[in-house]
Amino acid sequence: MKLKYFCLILISLVWIISPVQAAEKQITIMTHDSFSISKPVLADFQKALGARVVILRSGDAGEALNKAILSKNNPLADIFYGVDNTFFSRALDEDIFIPYAPKVLANLAPELLMDPKHRLVPVDFGDVCLNYDIQWFKTRKIEPPKGLEDLVNPVYKGLTVVQNPATSSPGLAFLLATVSRFGEKGYIDYWKQLKTNDLLIVNGWKEAYWGHFTAASKGDRPIVVSYASSPAAEVFYAETKPDQAPTGVVIDNGSAFRQVEFAGILKNSASQDLAKKAMDFILSPRFQEDIPLQMFVFPSNTKAALPKVFTDHARITGDPARLDPELMDKHRDRWIREWTEALL
Amino acid sequence: MKKQIYTHPYFLAGLVPALFFLVFYFYPLSGIFLKSFFPKGEVNLLFLDQVLGSARMMKIIWFTFWQAALSTLLTLACALPAAFAMANYEFRFKKTLRLLASIPFVLPAVVVAAALESCFGRTGWIGEIRHPLALILLAHVFYNFSVMLRIITGYWTSLQGEIREAAAMLGASPAQAFFHVTLPLLRPAIWAGALLVFIFCFSSFGIILILGGPGYATIEAEIYRQAAHLFNLPLASFLSLVQIVFTFGLMSLYTRFSKRAAQFIPKAGEIRLKPPERPWEKSLVAGTALFIIIVCVMPMVSLAASSLVHNGDFSLAYYRAIFENTTDSVFYVPPFQAVQYSFIFAAGALAIALVAGVCAALFITHADRHIKSRLAAFFDPLFMLPLSTSAVTLGFGIIITLDHPPLNLRTSPFLIPLVHALVGFPFVLRALLPALRTIPAQMGEAAAMLGASPLKVLRHIDLPLMSRSLVAGAVFAFTISLGEFGATIFAAPPTTPTIPIAIYRFLGQPGAMNYGQAMAVSTILMAATALGFIIIENLRPGNAEGI
Repeated sequence: MKLKYFCLILISLVWIISPVQAAEKQITIMTHDSFSISKPVLADFQKALGARVVILRSGDAGEALNKAILSKNNPLADIFYGVDNTFFSRALDEDIFIPYAPKVLANLAPELLMDPKHRLVPVDFGDVCLNYDIQWFKTRKIEPPKGLEDLVNPVYKGLTVVQNPATSSPGLAFLLATVSRFGEKGYIDYWKQLKTNDLLIVNGWKEAYWGHFTAASKGDRPIVVSYASSPAAEVFYAETKPDQAPTGVVIDNGSAFRQVEFAGILKNSASQDLAKKAMDFILSPRFQEDIPLQMFVFPSNTKAALPKVFTDHARITGDPARLDPELMDKHRDRWIREWTEALL
Repeated sequence: MKKQIYTHPYFLAGLVPALFFLVFYFYPLSGIFLKSFFPKGEVNLLFLDQVLGSARMMKIIWFTFWQAALSTLLTLACALPAAFAMANYEFRFKKTLRLLASIPFVLPAVVVAAALESCFGRTGWIGEIRHPLALILLAHVFYNFSVMLRIITGYWTSLQGEIREAAAMLGASPAQAFFHVTLPLLRPAIWAGALLVFIFCFSSFGIILILGGPGYATIEAEIYRQAAHLFNLPLASFLSLVQIVFTFGLMSLYTRFSKRAAQFIPKAGEIRLKPPERPWEKSLVAGTALFIIIVCVMPMVSLAASSLVHNGDFSLAYYRAIFENTTDSVFYVPPFQAVQYSFIFAAGALAIALVAGVCAALFITHADRHIKSRLAAFFDPLFMLPLSTSAVTLGFGIIITLDHPPLNLRTSPFLIPLVHALVGFPFVLRALLPALRTIPAQMGEAAAMLGASPLKVLRHIDLPLMSRSLVAGAVFAFTISLGEFGATIFAAPPTTPTIPIAIYRFLGQPGAMNYGQAMAVSTILMAATALGFIIIENLRPGNAEGI
């Protein structure tokens, strides 16, 4: 019987210590699991709003958006942060956001603004591209690849690991980069050539990077699909900061796909005025300058200064792979299906 | 008399798990199914084409079954001899070995993959296994060996003593006694263990995704893909339904079968086991120990080792780092706090699962004995369903149903122990039922005739006799909660992350420090689990040899 009493005590403890929520003003931001913010910025955020800011991380990007759509009549939050450009059309079609043009609109990078009604406003961006192990190529005296075309070259046979676009968001971004580069007709041929060149496909970024990439694991693949800012993270998270990042990126010749993340105010939010204020803060330099080291992506506000590790080691492509959002939404499933049939 | 049966406290106890299931399982699920199959009030069955017309989908369903069957057979082949050694002999480090074998069960899939990779991977300590299917099977044995071992050993231990002695007295050789007495009596436990493992492998998700790569998919993995990435909710719901129907069918079959198993009186008191004496006995014990060390312990040791080696040297750098909030993130949670949250949630889940589990077990045995209806045959498999229900489907269901007071639990921390209890509860039930069924009905009836109230019967007869199994169930409920990931990720508010979520966060970013820290936190999870086991095993009633 001791066990039963022990459990009863524990249960009551849980009840007691569970936070008793006071009826204070608060605003909730629903987002994906990669979202992060630093303590001082959150404190300023709450001060600027005069309200408590609750952040609700709700699974990976696709899962979180799906939850927002499912709960649209009685939303879980006031703001949704993290619709990316591949899901952009779908989010707008579901009609879950209200238009709001934030104060700093003029400072946002104009090429990122995709919704003329400002239901979704760009908050950050990053480029998905090939990363390679610099040391690996140096010791073998092989030139690292310069673009997507190189990967089908026999020199690079058995060197690349990519993610399944059906289960991974960088994987999908990379598939879209190949569609953009080789066209709707040519991309499958390109992938078939990759397959003959002994490409390795895994399901997610974690397995690819931590399981097979030579620079990060005991794996045997020196080329991996990751972000153009990953080298900065490699430097930032090294115990003794090296002068040069151990990994390099391939971003030229339209080989990198730009992932833009958007935020918007959810339609049935109970406190829309507060939500508007919150959107202004999210796009202000204070919040935007916090983004790089929290999420390892770039701010959308051009007036936001970048940290040194970013200016030194992270890259932005001048020539990203582009696809029309409508086209992406219309054909995404078909491309994934065709890819699955041809590659798996 | 009939009326008395329906108002008996054991019968009414069934209301507890029934209500728990109705509110936290069936209500959310029916919400998401209705939304998927009847959008805007009309029936939508378009998705059926995508299942019936697709060779890929049929392949997935087929693969789900045969990999689960193969994994279960392998696990059984490993666990049965080990259970024999554990249940029949007393030897040094027995408790420690049993404890170590149980830890893998709670490790998140990413960590298991890393552990197996460092042990059996390309540059592994022990050997090289490259085929994804072999790795999947190995991972399933690694995960589930202890489930099978604990269930069978627990039952087997209570078979010691008089029954075998009686068989020997009647002239049976040890082999005859084993095949004609022990094995038939053991059958319910073997079936219970095998079906649990089967259902686990049947709904395997993380392991298949990571170790199998994109070439292999189970129904569960496909549900996740369809729901979270392709927004194909109708198809995801349909597959969930298929999975639920299969589980129900399997469990009905099993429950009908296990009811026919023999009944006997288990001893609740102290059981003295002999040390192994003959050479074959010694080698069996040694083999068991060796198996546990190589398959269960070594991967964990190499995982712990990788958290202690930094740039080729021994270093505590990763451990120092997990106590620092380098980016000043608000989501940073000191590892000990994550351990604390994990323990609080696990204790809550354990309490709910135990109460619901004991009530359900009493209800089912009572219904079985006194009501010649199909009631028990229906509820028993029903209670097993959460084990193979996709977390993403249930999660979406909770979002659209539990969204108004008094049940607006969508963002409440209470949701975590509730969901964990839903998954831990079937273990408690499975562990309790075989023990409870073997208590002869006359015992309770005699006590009642002598004036004992049903509560008194519960306290002095039924509970002591099932104490051993109760501990086994509790260990599972607790550890499942510690390691649970799928449901936690959608239910846990960011400020109260559990250990698996902390690991997941570290693995979400590049940078060598992040990987090292993930391994360090995984090592802490292993230690915390071991601690949890030790605490629960020492809390067991009386001082009987625990399972």
